[in-house]
Amino acid sequence: MTEQPRRVRVTLESRIESVDLGEELARGVAGAAGFDEDEQYKLSMAVREVLINALEHGNRGDANKPIGLGFSLLDDRLVVEVQDQGKGFDIAQVPDPRQDECLLKTSGRGLFLVRCFADDLRVKPSNNGGATVLITKLYTNNSGSKTAKEKQS
Amino acid sequence: MSLKINKRDNGEVTVVDLSGRLTLGDASAQLRQALRELLDGGRKKIVLNLGQVGYIDSSGLGELVSSFTTVKNSGGQLKLVNLTDKVNDLLTVTKLYTVFEIHSDESAAVQSFR
Repeated sequence: MTEQPRRVRVTLESRIESVDLGEELARGVAGAAGFDEDEQYKLSMAVREVLINALEHGNRGDANKPIGLGFSLLDDRLVVEVQDQGKGFDIAQVPDPRQDECLLKTSGRGLFLVRCFADDLRVKPSNNGGATVLITKLYTNNSGSKTAKEKQS
Repeated sequence: MSLKINKRDNGEVTVVDLSGRLTLGDASAQLRQALRELLDGGRKKIVLNLGQVGYIDSSGLGELVSSFTTVKNSGGQLKLVNLTDKVNDLLTVTKLYTVFEIHSDESAAVQSFR
């Protein structure tokens, strides 16, 4: 039987400190979901990078524009949602930072790292016109799933 | 934890010990300022000791690249030493290991300038 997902959602101010806070929150949620330390690091790093993207490129540092951060613990995966108030973007247009012409650039590696550390990365337009970034981390091997469910039961 | 920076001279080479997190915000600015001071003082052979840096985000990686370019454009050289496993992994997946000269031993890094 499919169980109801557990959800956590917070609203963050567009400040650098919010990036640290979101990263810590992600680490905590990943731990509660049963992910081991290495997977907690990877997920919290992915969330950090998406938050940096929302802060710098989405909301452009505008303190009046909040960032939504949500976590959904499903049967087989943890899904993180980051919502900004920017103009949205097409992830297919983000260049691969490993290309020779990109190697000496000082930015542009964040979403690439998210792809490395998460199982899935999607971007969709938000109702308010901004971008909603969805990060998925599957419960596999010794991480997540049973450990978390056993803790619940 | 914020970034701590300590500079040591070894002959013509300056070893910059970094400790903490190299991330978006103050840490990146601190590193930029430290390297600016070295270059202004004529110290152009620089080794960044990352042995106590356990966490770098994409902004920190960008700051390392910026540091490399700044030092190179000033006629100097910047090399890395003592990478932790996590930092080594990041430089590997981003292919930045092809940009930097990386040493596992500080004395070897210092000697490499001679």
